[in-house]
Amino acid sequence: MTNDRQRQEKADTAPVDAVACTGLAYTFGETRAVHGLDLSVAEGEVFGLLGPNGAGKTTAIRCITTLLPVPAGMVGVFGHDTAGDRMAVRRLLGYVPQQLSADAGLTGRENVALFARVFDVPRRERGARVGQALAAVDLTDAADRLAGTYSGGMVRRLELAQALVSAPRLLILDEPTIGLDPIARTGVWEHINAVRAATGMTVLVTTHYMDEADQYCDRVGLMHRGRIRALGTPAELRRGLAERRGTDTLPSLEDVFRDVAGSGLDDTSGDFRDVRSTRRTAHRVG
Amino acid sequence: MSEAPAAPPTASADRADGIDLLLRPPRPRAGWRLLPARVVAMCAVELQKLRHDRTELYTRAVQPALWLLIFGQTFSRIRAIPTGGIPYVDYLAPGIIAQSAMFIAIFYGIQIIWERDAGILNKLLVTPTPRSAVITGKAFAAGVKALIQAVVVIVIATLLGVALTWNPLKLLGVAAIVVLASAFFSCLSMTIAGVVLSRDRLMGIGQAITMPLFFGSNALYPVSIMPGWLRAVSRFNPLSYQVDALRGLLLGTHAHIALDLGVLVVAAALGIAAASSVLGRLAR
Repeated sequence: MTNDRQRQEKADTAPVDAVACTGLAYTFGETRAVHGLDLSVAEGEVFGLLGPNGAGKTTAIRCITTLLPVPAGMVGVFGHDTAGDRMAVRRLLGYVPQQLSADAGLTGRENVALFARVFDVPRRERGARVGQALAAVDLTDAADRLAGTYSGGMVRRLELAQALVSAPRLLILDEPTIGLDPIARTGVWEHINAVRAATGMTVLVTTHYMDEADQYCDRVGLMHRGRIRALGTPAELRRGLAERRGTDTLPSLEDVFRDVAGSGLDDTSGDFRDVRSTRRTAHRVG
Repeated sequence: MSEAPAAPPTASADRADGIDLLLRPPRPRAGWRLLPARVVAMCAVELQKLRHDRTELYTRAVQPALWLLIFGQTFSRIRAIPTGGIPYVDYLAPGIIAQSAMFIAIFYGIQIIWERDAGILNKLLVTPTPRSAVITGKAFAAGVKALIQAVVVIVIATLLGVALTWNPLKLLGVAAIVVLASAFFSCLSMTIAGVVLSRDRLMGIGQAITMPLFFGSNALYPVSIMPGWLRAVSRFNPLSYQVDALRGLLLGTHAHIALDLGVLVVAAALGIAAASSVLGRLAR
């Protein structure tokens, strides 16, 4: 009895991982998109999932966001299993998919208000909450313009506001800066960082821009062919490679990636569908 | 496309003060209140979109106007179709309301595939909204859009001299019938979308089913003059029940309103169940 209580108290006080994947696997027909992924993201960190097109990043994200069904015990979000406790998981998530997903036929404010409604924000609070989310991404002045008139960077920030309006504990961003010019990319990251600093939320981001991951992520997982090949802070990974090579010059994260992925990277980087989807997003961003 | 460099965000006091609501997750709605809340949310989006861009409203008014103006007036003169003593254009008006509502609803499958491609659907499916609520929301949004279209057709018909009822209770009944039937047809289209998964295939199938649904109903002519096989088709066609109820309510002709309403409620419920069950395929 006492042991049970002690165990329970320990469980209550032990930090729960924001994301915990254990042997996550997902197959599309004959293609093994994710193949034994083990991953834990601690609460409050910015974790980057890195890899080329087709590495399995987006599939992993779709499993974590409950979009793809996985067996019980494979994916947990703040201790809730995505197989059995889907609604509880979704209430904790803010999700920005790779495509530009704001509705061009609605104003910025209406786009955010829709997400306030579907997360059950009461009417008396909705206006103020939507206003705060728009202000947090510097879109107050453009809030009543149609999203179709926004630039690529503004759309991304609007999507960030849509995700923030429900006060998520875990913000998941799939390639948030794809196709953006360098200034807009910096703008998006600065807003992600400011929001994270103010709210303390956990951020899980996928990207294939190694420089961004190096600069903005606390920890990264390098993913290749459905598995994590290296895991650590960007500095740790770079130092590790320098030690293995016995050099003093610190290699880049891209060098680390080439090292762990081996040869043949270019041949496996995404199928036709991946490339089409990526190019379409890049084209829409302009 | 580039944007003006954003000023680096600062951790100033006013910013820190301005995010207090974003630190507090909203309290979940209790079970039974969730579905109506999601339906209202999706209907609101549909109305907001229509408010910003009314082009669709105007362009979609052209076809029903042509049907009533050309087909209706011509056949009124020919008197080839037995209408039970009322002018043919009057007889036709409820059929054209049903037809234009169906044409709107049948596009929802294409819309949901477009939303899938744009990432909008995935984002919605990651919110605390059960799949059946996503589909019910879309189904009723189709109903709201069809209702606005129905008002347009009623105005056109009135301008052409059709004597429709102005009894508010009957008009409320008309609204219910239009919403239910549109919910069914939008779900039929979204179910096919969930099966075929591509816009091109869906457009082909949509074309192939809308005309048979229209001609295999009592929208243009009474069931009594149909050949036996078409009469059998008409019995399984929800459009026939919709037209029968609309005619009864708007023109006061003999109709089986309770049966019509029952069939449409069951059809809409089955449609919602079918479309919800295949929605997961679109998310993959």
